[in-house]
Amino acid sequence: MAIENRVPHLCLQGVTKRYGGITALNNVDLAVHKGRIHALLGENGAGKSTLIKVVSGVVPRDSGRITLNDREIAFSTPRAANEAGVVCVFQELSLMPHLSVAENISIARPPRRYGLIDTKAQIRLAESLLARIGCADIDPRSRVGELSLSRRQMVEIAKALGKEPELLILDEATSALTHRDVELFFEVLHGLRAQNLSILYVSHRMHEIEILADRLSVFRNGSHVASFDRGEHDEAEIVEMMIGREITTQYPTKPAPKTVPPFLEVSGLSWGNGALRDLSFTAGKGEIVGLGGLDGQGQTQLLLALFGVLKGVTGSVRIGAQAAGINSPQEAKNARDRIAMIPEDRKTEGLMLAMSVADNLISTSLDRVCRGPFISEEKARDTVNEAIRRLRIKIGDPSDPAWTLSGGNQQKVVIAKWLMIEPEIILLNDPTRGIDVGTKQEIYQLLRALADAGATVVMYSSDYDELIGCCDRVEVMYDGRIVATLSGESLTEQALVSHALNLGNGVARSKEMEST
Amino acid sequence: MRITVAKWNSADRPVYIASAFVVLILAVGTIYTLVAQGTATLLSPSYLMQQLQIGSFLGVVAAGMMIVILIGHIDLSVPWTLTTAAMLATAVGGPWAILLGLSLGAVVGLVNGVGVAYLRLPSMIFTLAVNAVLQGSMVAMTGGTSPQSQATELMRFLGAGTLMGIPVALLVWTLVSVCVSTVLTRTPFGRSLYIVGNSEAAAYLSGIPNKRVIVVSFILCGLLTALAGLMLAGYSAKAYQGMGDLYALPAIAAVVIGGANILGGSGKYRGTVAGVLVVVFLNSVLSIMQMSEAIRQIVYGFVILTMLLVYRRKA
Amino acid sequence: MTTHRFKLGLAIRQRVGTITAGAIFALLYLAYHVHHPNGFTAQVVGQNANESVALVLAAMAQTVPVLIGGIDLSVGAVMTMTNCLASHVLSGNAQEVSLGLAACILVSTAFGVMNGVIVVYGRIQPIIATLATSAIALGLALLLRPFPGGEISETLSLLLTGSLLDSLVESGLVSQGVTDNLSVLGNLPTPMLLVFAAGALWIPFQRTVTGRSIVAVGSSETAAFMSGLPVPRAKIAAFAVSGMLAGCAGVFLAMQTLSGNADLPQAGTYTLASIAAVVIGGAVLTGGVGGMLGSVFGALILRVIAFNFRIFEIEPLIQPLVEGTILLAAISVSATRLLRVKNRLDLYR
Repeated sequence: MAIENRVPHLCLQGVTKRYGGITALNNVDLAVHKGRIHALLGENGAGKSTLIKVVSGVVPRDSGRITLNDREIAFSTPRAANEAGVVCVFQELSLMPHLSVAENISIARPPRRYGLIDTKAQIRLAESLLARIGCADIDPRSRVGELSLSRRQMVEIAKALGKEPELLILDEATSALTHRDVELFFEVLHGLRAQNLSILYVSHRMHEIEILADRLSVFRNGSHVASFDRGEHDEAEIVEMMIGREITTQYPTKPAPKTVPPFLEVSGLSWGNGALRDLSFTAGKGEIVGLGGLDGQGQTQLLLALFGVLKGVTGSVRIGAQAAGINSPQEAKNARDRIAMIPEDRKTEGLMLAMSVADNLISTSLDRVCRGPFISEEKARDTVNEAIRRLRIKIGDPSDPAWTLSGGNQQKVVIAKWLMIEPEIILLNDPTRGIDVGTKQEIYQLLRALADAGATVVMYSSDYDELIGCCDRVEVMYDGRIVATLSGESLTEQALVSHALNLGNGVARSKEMEST
Repeated sequence: MRITVAKWNSADRPVYIASAFVVLILAVGTIYTLVAQGTATLLSPSYLMQQLQIGSFLGVVAAGMMIVILIGHIDLSVPWTLTTAAMLATAVGGPWAILLGLSLGAVVGLVNGVGVAYLRLPSMIFTLAVNAVLQGSMVAMTGGTSPQSQATELMRFLGAGTLMGIPVALLVWTLVSVCVSTVLTRTPFGRSLYIVGNSEAAAYLSGIPNKRVIVVSFILCGLLTALAGLMLAGYSAKAYQGMGDLYALPAIAAVVIGGANILGGSGKYRGTVAGVLVVVFLNSVLSIMQMSEAIRQIVYGFVILTMLLVYRRKA
Repeated sequence: MTTHRFKLGLAIRQRVGTITAGAIFALLYLAYHVHHPNGFTAQVVGQNANESVALVLAAMAQTVPVLIGGIDLSVGAVMTMTNCLASHVLSGNAQEVSLGLAACILVSTAFGVMNGVIVVYGRIQPIIATLATSAIALGLALLLRPFPGGEISETLSLLLTGSLLDSLVESGLVSQGVTDNLSVLGNLPTPMLLVFAAGALWIPFQRTVTGRSIVAVGSSETAAFMSGLPVPRAKIAAFAVSGMLAGCAGVFLAMQTLSGNADLPQAGTYTLASIAAVVIGGAVLTGGVGGMLGSVFGALILRVIAFNFRIFEIEPLIQPLVEGTILLAAISVSATRLLRVKNRLDLYR
């Protein structure tokens, strides 16, 4: 079938989107045809999510042209997009937990009778949509909040189908699905393709894309790299396309590999019905240990467990050859070997946005800036100034509220407030997400300097490049487990990506063989 | 290079607006008295002192309420904490009266704090239930009538006495204000209040002992409420049923008029002082103008709404 | 294809709050009747109903703002204001009384709309906005009735506070002779029927987009917005319904007392009791969870505890203490949910 001759259903020409100084989409061209499943591939931050948001009316584009059925479109809201037949499945963002499945599915346009919502018709509609995606076992009367994550995601998909889309966009729609639901879902997608829908599919799971996609487009750094039909390139080539960007970031030189005695020893750590499974690893003084893998494989939970936030953690954590026994961040902070954690979401967990930069900076070390029972303005000012100087935080005045700072400077404030306690162990949860390149480099240098000064650093990062550039060793996680430990020569982007996708050693080994 | 940004002082704006409003109230009241009676009663030192003396009770309650509001909670047990402290103190009499009253306040605060911090029950409903229990105990104790016992000399001194022409109640309020203001601005605990009120998640992850902060806040609120009860009993020479009814909501109003966020995390103590003055002088001017209770209530409601809308508009 | 029949287990699980409240009420009320010297008679039930309806309506009024995750501190005040208005307009001939009734409900609903508009467009927290408007409502109540008094159509009062039988006879719909055949049905207290009527209006309202949106907003405002629901309209509607039901409570209060009274402490008591009733009825103050029936049971529980005091001859002086302690214990039970939390960070989100 010569599809290239047909008019594409959705067509992007030169679409560009910037967030502040960061170009999220750079002059992107893309054509999606009816009756095809079109997969978008790329690393975290390659621009796939932005593209979807632009198409589905969540954010406006800065420039370029988007046409649907040869007519130019510019949706201002998700609802406007829905009405034009463009429906996007977000990750359970649009479900209301206290409403029933049936109510959620037809929330925007419920079936009515005598002007009132027809609950029976609503249940029938939900039943037929759920049956269509092979989830007839979900009772439309049950509340969404009572369902498992996987089932909730299926409801979200049913809700999208209920809007009768012509272009269905799926953003990591399978990330929360169980194996069984994934299979059901694939059948549905094949069925929809047969009904001549166009489907835009984003996933990190290579296996799925190989099974599903008719056509693939690879993105890198906000740009469209290539589009090709399935089978034109093998897995290794695709991985190469995803990561083959020029290295723009400079990392501080790593010290020569040496064996350091373990300082932080984790063994057999498990938590919460398989969220963390039997994890074991060690980190020594002066080492930066990375946690790799796709988003949401348990990295956040592991850091929270070490920081004393999780209840019911089994297994052992030893620090300096002593059982740690930490049950709260307060204990972690005041332990003999002080632990700091830079949390995932700096806006809600790291900072008090409405409070001043100075107040944020001393929030972990209030007792350290005291003279007697009172906070010494002088000590506080000195510490704050020292922190601002040390991390080169760009601010107008320490009394400005934290929300006035840029993302990078906000993150510096979070890091700085923890350095105030002079931590022995520093846990970081994706510290450079959404931060400009310059600040990133400063953070890398800072981390290396801290390690050189004897700190133990454990860092999760969603950026593979960063893991390779920064870390002495990387533990790759998949589904709550550590599936690989990479260091030295074996710490390559290919190895990271293939282990993150849990492809086993397949790709990595084939690459190694090529190079030998 | 340092970029100079205008110093962020939006937190002070409500303080200025509320203070300006106090001046406006006094001005309007004075014009009225000048026209109606030919005197400036409102501005006579003795009248002002008397109003401030009455306002002190509200001021002390509001100081405690502010602490709880700063952490994002509310204490609706104020009416009967105040009354219970006063009733117990007058009932037991003697030198232990004040200590007993204050201990009661602290214990009530402890119960409230544990319910909110450890059981994580909504403060609005938990403190309300505690209020009901206190009310019940007092009805059981006093038989639902005002007790005959009299306030002790010390309580009378605190509530009604004067020292060098200044009401002692006003001095107590001043002392409480200095202490609370110092705690809020100068101590780790004070900073923790704002941190917890801003984001409990961030506070917890910063290693702030947030549960302890919440419990201590409620204890302080209970203590100050009890103190106000002892003073008020001293002022009236005895404790009586319903003596606390007119303090909870006006205290909340004063704190909010002073610019504190009802959801917690921001507000300055001097704002609360200004808020108390707004409430007190608004009341006295309306009563000088011989406004009926009806008009007073309406004006009161409009003032709170207007000030909040003004704060919202430009903040 | 599996068809999902009505499943009892699911239905029970989803209504566990309401059912628990209902069961507690049933037990307490049973205890009351078993020990009542006159036993289960129409007269006793009627009297109980009359004493409960004002609070039941107030609790229903509080339910809707709580569903959207707000709170309405003006319920008692609006009730009092309407009560005072009723004492002016609910007298005269049938036509005048009907117009008066309409005026009462209209005014209270309008007050609710005002609350909603202030909350939505003034962006003021519901708790503080309604605290301020409650002062205004109480002021208006005092303007209308500086002293207790006024006149209420006794016919209307008899109609609404008697048994159904009396009401029918009174309204001339049924002659005395027929009543013997209606004894069971006829003995139903009219005030309870009023509550049913209010509930009967709520059920279809829930099935409008606005009604649905109220629960949706309380459940997750972001998701409601993402799904394209009319969030501002839902919030205003919630306060409007609250005002309307508070108005009904005020009118009923007038029926009971045959007068208007701007009783400020009583207004406060009703507001606080309405919040307690809603929480006992299974609602959650952060929104999304709760229902009219649960709140009705919550209010009835509060009332029936007081009824039991009379029967069990509990010293009247310790009654409030027992009542308060039961309330405190009841709400503390919900803390057991904490045992299920495994990620402590979830406590703070």
